[in-house]
Amino acid sequence: MLFELDGVSVARDGRKVLRDLTASLPEGASCVAGPSGCGKSTLLRLLNRLADPQRGTVSYRGHDVREVEVLELRREVCLVPQLPALLEGTVADNVRYAARLWDRDPKVERLLDLSGLDASYAERDASRLSVGEQQRAMLARALALEPDVLLLDEPTSALDEGARGAVEATLLDLRERVEISIVLVTHDLEQARRMSDWVLRLDRGHAVEQGPAHELLPA
Amino acid sequence: MTPGIDVSLAQVAAALVLVAIAIAVSFWQRAGLEEEIGIAVVLSFIQLTAIGFVIQIIFDEDRLVFVVALIAVMVGFGALTARRRASRVPEAFWPLVVALGVAATGTLGLVVALGVFEPEPRFLVPVGGMVVGNSMTASAVALNRLGDEVHSHAREIEATLALGATSTQAAAPIVRRSLRSGMIALVDSTKTTGLIFFPGTMVGMLLAGADPEDAVRLQLILLYTLLGSVALAGLISITLAYRNFFTPAHQLREPPEP
Repeated sequence: MLFELDGVSVARDGRKVLRDLTASLPEGASCVAGPSGCGKSTLLRLLNRLADPQRGTVSYRGHDVREVEVLELRREVCLVPQLPALLEGTVADNVRYAARLWDRDPKVERLLDLSGLDASYAERDASRLSVGEQQRAMLARALALEPDVLLLDEPTSALDEGARGAVEATLLDLRERVEISIVLVTHDLEQARRMSDWVLRLDRGHAVEQGPAHELLPA
Repeated sequence: MTPGIDVSLAQVAAALVLVAIAIAVSFWQRAGLEEEIGIAVVLSFIQLTAIGFVIQIIFDEDRLVFVVALIAVMVGFGALTARRRASRVPEAFWPLVVALGVAATGTLGLVVALGVFEPEPRFLVPVGGMVVGNSMTASAVALNRLGDEVHSHAREIEATLALGATSTQAAAPIVRRSLRSGMIALVDSTKTTGLIFFPGTMVGMLLAGADPEDAVRLQLILLYTLLGSVALAGLISITLAYRNFFTPAHQLREPPEP
């Protein structure tokens, strides 16, 4: 199993966000789906230890994440946040920054290509890109770490329908070209069906159901 | 009182006319500062009179241990005052104590070692007071900015942590900006000194009848000393305080709103 959560509880500002949650996410493409405020983004942040639960354990490939070296875990399990948060500078600066954290020599053009951006974007000011383009630049920056797992927090929530379709196509294409597991958070069950092999549905911090996407979300 | 100047209480009382103008302006423009100005005037009179007596005792005793005790008290009060300004920084008191303490002892030790000042209370007390005061202001501004930056850039910081950056790497841009904002006021005033304003030490010496050349040289020494101490205090307070925003596992203690 890629991730296992056992009896996980998280509270924030006195409000229970995840309640005694037990769930599994296999290798491949998974979706964590549910309405706004159900705790899905919080769950995603537990998987690479941007936060820790107050109770319960989170395991990654059979190891409690608290026993894995946290920075190495984040390189291997890289999270792309919901809203773009790029550093000052060009797209290439951002990609190189991430790669240099891990002494890697990034092939910027290839990373942009994998993320659905052409090479001309490399020298463009990151702050002047559209939200959709910034989202792709964030993806290219994450791929510079050569991660095993990508955690994507509502990658299309800020996009219009056309841009959303393009990002989805990019992610499907990425899975064909690179051996990588993806955990995607979405409130859109149609997107969950299109994008994943496995679905975990949450509601008010509880797991409602989990299983193969074709069984839980038939076309 | 120095031989060149003799100030009576009547003269101090006469200067209160200017305070009356300040209160009148506040009242006229409904700035609501009348009470604050009144409190400031009373506090400044009590505090300066008290410190005057303390300094007189220290000068009469002529022992360094009293100087050290006075500077330690100033560091403590300075840290408490700066902590109030930097209310968004968790547990800011001890970083401030260390910053002001190192800035005071470091710069005073250095100017004595370099032979700029004799190790005597009449030099160390006023210079120490200026060093602690300026370091306090710079540290408070720097930490205030740090608190604002961490809250307004929480998403960027967490996005950088998510790439496997350490908390030091993720905080580096805001640490740079905060240090700069703590130091910039003194750097700017040093650049414009003599052109736009006359600094306090030089004014005091000229009023006391000192030779202008001596007044200028002493003022330059103090400006350069203050630049060093402010940089030291800003750097130490920020370097120690930014860590309080993170857990040992490189997580933001207060993550961005979902």
